[in-house]
Amino acid sequence: MTRYVIRRLLQAIPLLLFISMVLFVLMRNIGDPLATMGGRRVTRSSDRERLTRQLGLDKPLYVQYFYWLIGNDWTKMDLDGDGVAETPGRMRGVLRGDFGTSLVNRGKPVLEVIWERLPNTLLLMITSEVVVILCALVVGVYSALRQYSLTDQIVTTISFFGYSLPIFFIALLSIYIFAVNFKRWGLPYLPAVGMFDPQVGKTPSQVILHMVLPVFSLSFIYLAAYSRYIRSTMLEVLSQDYIRTAKSKGLPRRTIIFLHALKNAALPIVTVVGLDLPFLLAGAVVTERIFAWPGMGRLFLDHVSRADTPVVMGILMLISIAVIVFQLITDIMYAWLDPRIRYD
Amino acid sequence: MVGVSRSVDDLLTPPLTLRQLMWLRFRRHKMALFGVAMLILLVIYSFGGAFFFSEAYANTTNTKMRLQPPMAGHPFGTDTVGRDILARTIYGGQISLIIGLTAALVETIIGVLVGALAGYYGGLLDSVLMRVTEAMLSVPQLFLLIVMAKFFGGQIPDLTVMGRTFSGSVIVIISIIGVTSWMYLARIVRAEFLSLKENEFVLAARAIGTPRWQIIFQHILPNSIAPIIVSATLGVAGAIGTEAYISFLGMGVRPPTATWGNMLDGAYNYIETAPWLWIFPGMLIVLTVLSINFVGDGLRDALDPRSRAT
Repeated sequence: MTRYVIRRLLQAIPLLLFISMVLFVLMRNIGDPLATMGGRRVTRSSDRERLTRQLGLDKPLYVQYFYWLIGNDWTKMDLDGDGVAETPGRMRGVLRGDFGTSLVNRGKPVLEVIWERLPNTLLLMITSEVVVILCALVVGVYSALRQYSLTDQIVTTISFFGYSLPIFFIALLSIYIFAVNFKRWGLPYLPAVGMFDPQVGKTPSQVILHMVLPVFSLSFIYLAAYSRYIRSTMLEVLSQDYIRTAKSKGLPRRTIIFLHALKNAALPIVTVVGLDLPFLLAGAVVTERIFAWPGMGRLFLDHVSRADTPVVMGILMLISIAVIVFQLITDIMYAWLDPRIRYD
Repeated sequence: MVGVSRSVDDLLTPPLTLRQLMWLRFRRHKMALFGVAMLILLVIYSFGGAFFFSEAYANTTNTKMRLQPPMAGHPFGTDTVGRDILARTIYGGQISLIIGLTAALVETIIGVLVGALAGYYGGLLDSVLMRVTEAMLSVPQLFLLIVMAKFFGGQIPDLTVMGRTFSGSVIVIISIIGVTSWMYLARIVRAEFLSLKENEFVLAARAIGTPRWQIIFQHILPNSIAPIIVSATLGVAGAIGTEAYISFLGMGVRPPTATWGNMLDGAYNYIETAPWLWIFPGMLIVLTVLSINFVGDGLRDALDPRSRAT
């Protein structure tokens, strides 16, 4: 097992290098980070030249990439443009844990920028994931036990709807119903934007209230796919011989369902959950935009539009690492839960 | 005795062809039939509707008629610059459906090529192609799309086809959706090729000197067509949804060319005041994606019954 994990980690290195190279080239060509720096004033061309040198944007692309990757503190930079390199570089490079500094928030370390937003996104994501798994277990097991009943058919149809709904549509619809119309009808309504009411402050109850609609929208989409999946794995397990044996032994129904069937049916679900977790971050992009949630998705959109390469690269690399790590954890979990699986 | 005579009848009737069998299985899937009917209606809506409204009308702005709710002259209301939403959903539907179909085609071609080459040749080519696939899978599609949409945005000039001008961003969106969504199909095709290439008919074809490309595309590929068709069908739904996402974020097809997706751009500023801005295009997207998903599900039952877990 240890050898397997080491091999997988070694395989991840060229993968990440490849991803970072392609993304870096794409990022450096999507726009001019200097364009928005002067605010409404047009940047003077002398300032523009100086900024280009200071930010290292005058170097060839591959040099910029190497500075980003391994840093430039081992060499000297020419900041005043007289052709003599005199100022030592200060970047330590991604490989030494330095993701550089944001171009938009001048001088602020990338990790700090991301760190301010990450907890907000995780709060939204983890809550949604927990809601999804709990609801999907209830719905999936129930409709598997009553296959082809009216409830099962309704659930299956609704889940097909949920599966096909784009997240922005359910988000807009839920705001329209629960925030706009409830307010209009004089019912207690839910807040639609932001993380807390600035007049009340960031209290836990405020944050929870503001989370209801985004979590509902995110969960609705994933609930559909998950409950369908749980239903089909449950049905498969319920037709196994050992379930029949358990029934004929006279075990209580509850024990059979939850101990014998669900435990085995849960195995493939672990894979789906593990592989989906990092992708929830992507689902957050649109959700955070609509609900004005101050998370990573909005951070990404804001900084992409201003060509802030260090921050965008930081976000993308962290997500890629998360995807790879979660894949590995999922495989390990799988082998641990199902001793029949061997990787060596 | 009735039973016996019926079984004799059965023996006398010619066996069903593969096509008939598929149709029988597809017909049993009620929701898939509903999906087909719905899709036909949607195609009639967006292509037939063009006979009632001209494209110029759909793109005409009239600032005196901004944000009008649905009424007699404008059954779906008007948008922020006074364009008729009904006419725009018709022309937007054409572009959205075309984007869905062509992007799925690009996706299928890349996926089949990568999967077939990796599965058939194996070795170094296989590992290189599969590492690229893994790399593409490690970055969530939406992030890749946003970066690529920014990268290619505005680089392709507008083009005129059959007297109509299309924004060059249509081509950009089609290509980037295709380029960022082929990975799952490539894996499926590779797995099919890995098992199919061990069959005797491949050995026989090779023994009589059939060229390699012929073995790949004429002997092995037709045998793995079922999952490819299913995946391509679902790919159309995926592409329409993806176009909507990226246009919703304001990085998709540029106006004045309408798509269902870019009609939603900025609509969240009008959730409260002008819900007709997003309800009609949104409903059309949902209906289309839902119908295609139903059809895909039906096709899976019809073409590839073994792939179903239940």
